[in-house]
Amino acid sequence: MEISERRVISVIVINEASVLSRVTDLFSGRGYNITSLTVAPIPESRYSRLTIVTSGSVRVIEQITKQLHKLIPVLKVYEHADLVEKEMALVKFPANENITDISTLCGAYNGKIVNVGDNVIITMIADEPKRVDNFLKLIQKYNPKEIVRSGAVALER
Amino acid sequence: MQISGAQMVIEALIAEGVDTVFGYPGGAIMNVYDEIYKQDKFHHILTRHEQAAVHAAEGYAKASGKVGVAMITSGPGFTNAVTGLADAYMDSIPLVVISGQVPMSLIGTDAFQEIDAVGISRSCTKHNYLVTDAKDLPRVLKEAFYIASTGRPGPVHVDIPKDVTAQIEEFNYDVELDLETYKPNVKGNPRQIKKAMEAIAKAKRPLFYLGGGVINSNAAYEVRELIQKTGIPAVETFMARGVLSHDDALLVGMLGMHGSYASNMAMSETDLIIGLGARFDDRVTGKLSEFAKNAGVIHVDIDPASISKLVNADYPIVGDVKNVVLEMLENLEYINSDRYARWRESIKNFNQLHPLTYYEDSDRLKPQWVIQRTGELLGDNANISTDVGQHQMWSAQFYPFSRPRQFMSSGGLGTMGFGFPAAIGVKAAAPEKTSVNFTGDGSILMNVQELMTAVEKKLPVVNIILNNNFLGMVRQWQTLFYDRRYSETDLSIQPDFVKLAEAFGGIGYRVNTKEEFDAALKDAVEKDVVAFIEVIVDRYENVMPMVPAGGSLFNMMLLEKKER
Repeated sequence: MEISERRVISVIVINEASVLSRVTDLFSGRGYNITSLTVAPIPESRYSRLTIVTSGSVRVIEQITKQLHKLIPVLKVYEHADLVEKEMALVKFPANENITDISTLCGAYNGKIVNVGDNVIITMIADEPKRVDNFLKLIQKYNPKEIVRSGAVALER
Repeated sequence: MQISGAQMVIEALIAEGVDTVFGYPGGAIMNVYDEIYKQDKFHHILTRHEQAAVHAAEGYAKASGKVGVAMITSGPGFTNAVTGLADAYMDSIPLVVISGQVPMSLIGTDAFQEIDAVGISRSCTKHNYLVTDAKDLPRVLKEAFYIASTGRPGPVHVDIPKDVTAQIEEFNYDVELDLETYKPNVKGNPRQIKKAMEAIAKAKRPLFYLGGGVINSNAAYEVRELIQKTGIPAVETFMARGVLSHDDALLVGMLGMHGSYASNMAMSETDLIIGLGARFDDRVTGKLSEFAKNAGVIHVDIDPASISKLVNADYPIVGDVKNVVLEMLENLEYINSDRYARWRESIKNFNQLHPLTYYEDSDRLKPQWVIQRTGELLGDNANISTDVGQHQMWSAQFYPFSRPRQFMSSGGLGTMGFGFPAAIGVKAAAPEKTSVNFTGDGSILMNVQELMTAVEKKLPVVNIILNNNFLGMVRQWQTLFYDRRYSETDLSIQPDFVKLAEAFGGIGYRVNTKEEFDAALKDAVEKDVVAFIEVIVDRYENVMPMVPAGGSLFNMMLLEKKER
């Protein structure tokens, strides 16, 4: 029985039209799973960096990296083993919730209150994806109105 | 020089040495067709359907080893061509397919004959381009030919909006390509090759497993030498037919779902697979967990993604088969071919136990006889294309192939309707050989309009239609696995194939006996015209041996003599 594992893969691609579709088409066409995907240009280069969180057996992950590498605009594929991984989350709360509690909680997860309005406050945190999961569980009692996660970014140690 | 985008396309094709383009004009590609009209450097062959244009380009590419070129218009012209692109992608055939697109200003407006062509072709091409500025055209076209023909070959699609073909820009094709992200590894790792050779020297029952990659890398004659010098038997995949000559004593045969008993048993008993340019397709391996259970695996392939995809490779070698085989030939010192004498003997026994054969147990002609007989009469002088189905498998089993690029068939995608247009492309590439298309009464109707192309361009393809009044392969599965419920496979109602050929200006024959077949084939070859030879064959003949889908390779259904 092959065990399915969570994996983070970084892909360096030429920053050109339809390159993102090439990557996502590959995943959907071959039945691979995308948990999250982030993409942004690499400063002062013609490349962009994609960070893909996926899951699969060792054989599947190996196929994913090889198939990604086969795409013509792909320069490099890193399948991370030892990495630093961070994800951001923004959460909107009603302004009548306990702001002090929320603020303290955010502080524990590398975050803070970033916007205060008449009816709502918005907080951000940036932490490891598992800790983001944790944070989002903890804040349930403060009646969050909206939650948005960025997807993970990662660097090899 | 300052020229239009359309002229750039022409200049690029000429610079690439293209002598034949297959295509079909239409609104969005008209600027390019106007330039085709004005030039005399290459032929344009007008097919009667865009799908056929791409299959013809495939046949041309397979027979010649060059890049095949097809040209089509936007919208339906493009969507008709998609099957051809997918076919070429599955079988690693180098193509450049150029399509027209609606003008840039109309893209995204659901304009007349607009379709997101690159969106559709993305998953069935090696690479594709939407050219948004004529300045990019020289580079894009140069890259397209380079990408199509290097590494693991494949189709490249270039979509050009109509206003880009009208745009006038500087044309310079003499640019160095700088593809930082595309650098196929063609030279195998010498240390890994040495290790592989040591493993071969230690093996008791090694077996060469040859795939279509041997033909793509033009390595057949080097592979023949390697097999000769090592004395190691070889099996071929469907795609590799012709790598070894049919009379080579070390050729065991074709393996897989309809492989010979000896080939499948050899693969099941080997202790070391030497895979060259093959990809362990499901039609080859049968049930993976039972496949070649006791074998180590050397896997040579230019595509790293093919290695250890389905069967784990103990000796993975990424490289062009030809380079790797040349390196292997330098490392023969440990190998003693006597060591494998007993193994060769046991394979001979497999072959004697259940040879590839058929029984003449019907009043009607046997399809296998027709193929064998064609081989006796034409042999090396013919190039063979096929459609898809029973006749295709019988062709691979019974035609005496003697050289690479002699056999063109849709292996990966299994496209009915491939054979006739492909055979037209083959004839254009190799006019000195007779171009034969073995087809069925089902397949031939899927691109029958190409009679007009072949007649008009005087590309005399001999179509041998094995008529069993059935979609034979599906009927065979219905017989074996669906309790003889022949759902929608009975083709008793048919056109008059003789008149059909004649209506287009070809020649038709209807054949019931061996004598009639010989006479028809000789007449068609002599007259050198487009021909349909309709052969009435045994309706219920099955392709055997057969490994049922998902079954183990060594568990074959074998041919049984019919009770009369």
